[in-house]
Amino acid sequence: MPLLDVRDLSVTFERRGTRPVRAVDGVSFTVEPGQTVGLVGESGCGKSVTSLAIMGLLPRRGNKVTGEVRFEDTDLLTLRPKDLRDWRGRDIGMIFQDPLSSLNPVIPLGVQVAEVLERHQGRTRQAALREARELLDAVGIPDPARRLKEFPHQLSGGMRQRALIAIALACKPRLLIADEPTTALDVTIQAQILTLLKELVDDSGTALVMITHDLGVVAGLCDTVNVLYAGKVVERAYRHDLFAEPRHPYTHGLLQSVPRLDVDRGERLHQIRGSVSDNIPWPEGCAFAPRCDRLVDDCIGETVPLEPTFRGGALRCTNPVPKEVAV
Amino acid sequence: MLRVISRRLVQLVVTLLALMTLVFFWLRSLPGGPVDALLGERATPQTRELLTRALGYDQPIWVQYGRFLKNVVTGNFGNSIRTGEPVTEVISRAFPATVELAVAAIIIAIGLGVPLGYLAARHRGRLLDNATIIVTLVGISIPIFFLGYLLKDWLTQGLHLFPPSGRISTGMDNTDVTGFFVLDGLLTRELDASADALWHLVLPAVTLATIPLAIIIRITRASVLDVLDEDYIRTADAKGLRNPTIRKRHVLRNALLPVVTIIGLQTGALLAGAVLTEKVYNWGGLGTLITDSIGGSRDYPVLQALILLAAAVFVVVNLLVDLSYAVIDPRVRVR
Repeated sequence: MPLLDVRDLSVTFERRGTRPVRAVDGVSFTVEPGQTVGLVGESGCGKSVTSLAIMGLLPRRGNKVTGEVRFEDTDLLTLRPKDLRDWRGRDIGMIFQDPLSSLNPVIPLGVQVAEVLERHQGRTRQAALREARELLDAVGIPDPARRLKEFPHQLSGGMRQRALIAIALACKPRLLIADEPTTALDVTIQAQILTLLKELVDDSGTALVMITHDLGVVAGLCDTVNVLYAGKVVERAYRHDLFAEPRHPYTHGLLQSVPRLDVDRGERLHQIRGSVSDNIPWPEGCAFAPRCDRLVDDCIGETVPLEPTFRGGALRCTNPVPKEVAV
Repeated sequence: MLRVISRRLVQLVVTLLALMTLVFFWLRSLPGGPVDALLGERATPQTRELLTRALGYDQPIWVQYGRFLKNVVTGNFGNSIRTGEPVTEVISRAFPATVELAVAAIIIAIGLGVPLGYLAARHRGRLLDNATIIVTLVGISIPIFFLGYLLKDWLTQGLHLFPPSGRISTGMDNTDVTGFFVLDGLLTRELDASADALWHLVLPAVTLATIPLAIIIRITRASVLDVLDEDYIRTADAKGLRNPTIRKRHVLRNALLPVVTIIGLQTGALLAGAVLTEKVYNWGGLGTLITDSIGGSRDYPVLQALILLAAAVFVVVNLLVDLSYAVIDPRVRVR
């Protein structure tokens, strides 16, 4: 049985005076215990909203969430908000994009780590702080005893993200959701943080949902990958299959857009034309159609279903890239 | 921290010095003056000259200024032109009355304003929130003298709930220790005097508190809404912390910063409001003293000292505000 089973998850932004926007449109995917699953897509494709919806962190006002988020046997979406708080932090941890703004500026780091232990494991403040020191040590923060008393602005960006990881993993959750955890960091720090994450989830057997726009992160970390476009999963595959044989023109385009060292100098980098806002103004059809090189009539006429391919993969395309075309 | 305080104290002295200079020349640039005010229009030139010389106003203005500075530094503010008493005595008699009034008003404004603003933020967009927005708009817009007379009319003349004016009932045998009547009553165990003074204090304090109260409600509401949108609140939610913990530990402290700023800025408005409030309720504090010193006699020495005092209070309160920043926000401490 999967640890996390997201079924037909949809999120609609309903703001007064504006047309409702369907930011996440029937997303389904599963995460097995200990597995690392990637959610990949460009800005605005709904990957962050998906993660927030899973955690129940979207504001109630103006957001309509439908579908199922099964965590083992429990549909998290049916829980009362108050009860969901028992799960968050204990069974599911989350790491956010911007480590500076994600930490409270006026509370010492130690308390920010300790409070999650106090909340879920009934620790006293003192015991929790002692454990917090070990946690900071485990995520590679030097001199943790001193750092406990410091405030977020006194830490470097990398250290802040390490601290957030320590917070998310404090109660040894079975699932960790990382929402672009390296986007706000230097490239060298990015690598360190990713290595750390990989070590920690491997050691503890924690399943990881990795949300990123960075295919390099996917290549280094994820077991399976879900490619999102305009709120829908357009392709799902094992990491190796995805990189070897991308079938969806969007995935194909993304992979072609990655800078490579083995091409001739002066050759222009491939780009996908248009932007994510170039969309067809009706719900049927493929949202990627206006930007697609392989556009055929069927793409815009009717709903394109997500069809299973092989080895648990899936594809939402009427005219996919043929298998033999290598990147 | 000590360095910050000492630097601010130097700033305080410089500010006051500059202000003293401004006030000195500004007062003397006004048409008329104490001589005209005291003698009226029909005095003979001889009398005028005598009084001018007696008050020292025949000297060159730089000499007058120098003497004024020297006196201020030595704590001698001269005598009131109107009554002849030393200025320090006149002011120290009126000062406690105004402080009592202002402190009561600020306690009401903060004590009610922060919780109400917080409540409005939590009920964002719902009835309580909308009602708060409308009521605070009225509160900010209503002139003090109008509200004062309105309350006075309804609650004293109409319903006889509160005494209409003064700080304490005539015939109340209270002992004056600090000049703060409510406090004095407690100190001397004359509880009836304390209660009576408190009773007199209610309406003026409410009148004076209205505007700062409305502003503090608004600022608190906006500030809490801002903080609720912050990423670290989302982190706190993601930790599964319970709502009361999030509110107390994560929201309130961050939301208080702008509120503290406003409290500092409102001190000035409070002093201005005190002038009107004291007039309405015949309070007999600094506000009354200011109106009397300008209107009747152009009492330069008293006015100079009053303006200096007001400025000093304003600067000191804002120093306290800055220091409380450092207590609330660790990021300020380093700088």
